[in-house]
Amino acid sequence: MPTSDLKRLAIFAAVVLALPLLPFVPSFWITLFVFIGIASLVALGLVLLTGVGGMTSFGQAAFVGFGAYTTAVLTTSFGWSPWLTLPVSLATTGVAALAIGLVTVRLSGHYLPLGTIAWGMCFYYLFGNLQVIGAHDGISGIPPLHFIDQPLTGARAIYVVVWIAVLLSIAGTLNLLNSRVGRGIRALRSGATAAESSGVNVWRAKLLVFVYAALLAGLAGWLYAHFQRATTPGAFNLNIGIEYLLMAVIGGAGHVYGAILGAAIVVLAKNVLQDAMPMIFGFAGNYEIIVFGVLLILLLQVSRDGFWPAIAGRFSRLSGVAAPIDTTYRLAKGDMTLSPDLLLAVKGATKRFGGLVAVNDVSFKVPRGHIVGLIGPNGAGKSTTFNLVTGVLGVSEGEIHFAGERIDGLTPRQIAARRIARTFQHVKLAPGMSVLENVAIGAHKRGRAGMLAGILKLDRAEERRIFAEAAFQIERVGLQAEMHRKAGELALGQQRLAEIARALCLDPVLLLLDEPAAGLRHMEKQALAALIRRLRYEGMSVLLVEHDMDFVMQLTDEIVVLDFGTKIAEGAPAEIRRNEAVIEAYLGTAA
Amino acid sequence: MFLLQDGVTNGAIYALLAVALVLVFAVTRVILIPQGDLVAFGGLTLAALETGRTPGSVWLLLGLAAAATVMEVIASRNRLPPGRIALNALKMALPALVIAAAVLLLAPLQLGSIVNLVLCASLIIPMGPYLYRTAFQPLADASVLVLLIAAVGAHLAMTGLGLAFFGAEGYRTSPLIDAAFTLGPLTVTAQSLLVVGATLALLLSLALFFSRTLIGKALRASAVNRRGARLVGIPTARAGSLAFTMAAAIAVVSAVLVAPLATLYYDSGFIIGLKGFVAAIIGGLAAYPATVAAAIGVGILEAFSSFWASAFKEVIIFASIIPILLLRSLRSAHHEEEE
Repeated sequence: MPTSDLKRLAIFAAVVLALPLLPFVPSFWITLFVFIGIASLVALGLVLLTGVGGMTSFGQAAFVGFGAYTTAVLTTSFGWSPWLTLPVSLATTGVAALAIGLVTVRLSGHYLPLGTIAWGMCFYYLFGNLQVIGAHDGISGIPPLHFIDQPLTGARAIYVVVWIAVLLSIAGTLNLLNSRVGRGIRALRSGATAAESSGVNVWRAKLLVFVYAALLAGLAGWLYAHFQRATTPGAFNLNIGIEYLLMAVIGGAGHVYGAILGAAIVVLAKNVLQDAMPMIFGFAGNYEIIVFGVLLILLLQVSRDGFWPAIAGRFSRLSGVAAPIDTTYRLAKGDMTLSPDLLLAVKGATKRFGGLVAVNDVSFKVPRGHIVGLIGPNGAGKSTTFNLVTGVLGVSEGEIHFAGERIDGLTPRQIAARRIARTFQHVKLAPGMSVLENVAIGAHKRGRAGMLAGILKLDRAEERRIFAEAAFQIERVGLQAEMHRKAGELALGQQRLAEIARALCLDPVLLLLDEPAAGLRHMEKQALAALIRRLRYEGMSVLLVEHDMDFVMQLTDEIVVLDFGTKIAEGAPAEIRRNEAVIEAYLGTAA
Repeated sequence: MFLLQDGVTNGAIYALLAVALVLVFAVTRVILIPQGDLVAFGGLTLAALETGRTPGSVWLLLGLAAAATVMEVIASRNRLPPGRIALNALKMALPALVIAAAVLLLAPLQLGSIVNLVLCASLIIPMGPYLYRTAFQPLADASVLVLLIAAVGAHLAMTGLGLAFFGAEGYRTSPLIDAAFTLGPLTVTAQSLLVVGATLALLLSLALFFSRTLIGKALRASAVNRRGARLVGIPTARAGSLAFTMAAAIAVVSAVLVAPLATLYYDSGFIIGLKGFVAAIIGGLAAYPATVAAAIGVGILEAFSSFWASAFKEVIIFASIIPILLLRSLRSAHHEEEE
């Protein structure tokens, strides 16, 4: 967690924990704040899941139910002590989330939220119909938590427990987001393909974030059960799940403190509306949902980022200036000489999209330590060839070999593990993350700290090395002045350079650059050419797609020319310059 | 066999819902969760009209129209001269006002079932385009996910309003045709035959509409590619409005068919809608014939599971969607949606 985050959290903690000590705060308020705290935990999970990870869930209430029912059954039927049930509650929720996650996280786009609606309904009816857990009546008589010998029955007592849980969860979540695993999660929304090509296991990152969010919900459920001392299925139905999502959206999905703000707004509004609305309509009923529904729609129409960013803007002076990064101690470099002389061999690669043949029987080689250019008019199949080599697309026919091993059919992640790095024609950076963090994603495979190490901040030594490496590569591409800016704020040419730095962070033996010089000025192009030559000198091989002919001709050892998916020429730059087929392809007629 | 008949009847109604969902999704990318609410409101409106009460949907329609009018005025306030704005506002508000006036006048007179049907249809159908104008048109360019959250919001609001305007009691209407006859070992009610027949007729006419008429083709075009459709001159906002109108019309048909078969409450729509939804998803939110087959399947599954394990009926139905979703996403694993 950066120091600015730490300061903010300390201020927040002081305010929150001082509140119940103030004698003039009525108990009723304290009770409300307990509910806000419990809801905050669930909303915090959703912020991570929806706002950061880009996965929408309407079904979090079911996980709250898992946590609550587990402790309810264990304490009432088996006489367990409430504190002992906490790990079991979390484990049940975690296992349930893992099982559901294994099935639903794979669902892409809108199928995931639809899936969450389905299992939200499913578990509500299950809770309501299982006799073991009291069916529709639920379970009552749950014992309170004890602190040493003191039962925590009053709202003031449980308030402290709940808000300590919230504060710890915030700290853990902030740590997680700033860790190696967390960067993978943050890259999910805007650059899953790029993350995958950097070696991030996207599916696993999604599953982790899903289980993490469920665990927070399970913790909320455990607290809820011991605060209410009873559980009923109605507290975990789909409408409540939608309310949790509303909290995350109101607060600003994607902002950790937005979760608490959103939870506060929804819980307080619900309280006020439950008193006020029946007076308007003349009889009882949960009319607050009218307001919530309208609010949700209006919010989406007016300000899709929620309220938190507007408020956070006023506090921005809290965030300090980032400290300079010492690049002396970096990650260990891999061996550049292990591979045989023939590094990459593409043999008769063909790619069909339905009836269209995008790449037709293309063969070429990239020897070790060479720079090979891949050129051709628009639509010639250059980027498709890149996607075939890096596993983003599968070949329809043909083979691709790398360092003596067949690699067609491998996933982008497996190919990244073989130290093949790439950039993208259409830049794929996470716009909300800093350049440094984006580049650090490239080093994902070179670190090993897991989720737990990230949450508990046990990963600092490795993190320092990862950031040293990222900063070093950023300096190499000449972006050191922009290191701490958000990637989305850079000019397009600079974003391309950031992608090159990210690719270099993978410690590649083969580097694939897709139009790296587009959008660069003359001097920047010269600097880039010098960098690529230097990489070759260090033993790296480069495959390059580029439209700037001067750039290609001065830099490459060999050139492969594609036209309409077919290779029409291959040879040294000087030969290609004179080749009639090439001239015809570019100019239309033979000169 | 009796279960099968029950299942097919229910399935036919789910098929109508599912087709409406697919239609709306294809044209506007909105997953229309409130479709079920429209069905419930249709049934409750009909029940109120049968007993000569003024249906609460009058106020709902007026409320939606008022919101739509205000939004229309705000949206065009700096672009058009005041005269045009007033005209547009009038165009937006007038249908609702006329219909509301007619219903308020005619409802107490109890003019018979045909008039009731007409009144019910004219109350519910305009809700479709008004709903589109207020909730979804301003979000037309948002992602499917945002539209889905908005749809859930609309559903929440409509459930609450349903409670406010229709009350908490449930109603069932008298069947349109009250007859039953035996067919071998089966007793077939006329209403269930009507359900299946009407569903088939409606599906057939929809198929013809999409393949033969220019508007149908335009709707399909805006379904495939919004921007492309706009470039060739198809007004996509109007296409969205039309799709919602058709969905609301289908909701009225479903309501008329289902209201005599089951007691409807203000919040029944969600469950009915979700089952149509299960079918729509099995059909991939795209293919009409597959959707209809799936809906019949859901109806049959429901009939059998309510017989064998009635308490877990809903659990079984909603659990059945997950393996299907999984299959779908595995098959289309390479078309990842990125923001």
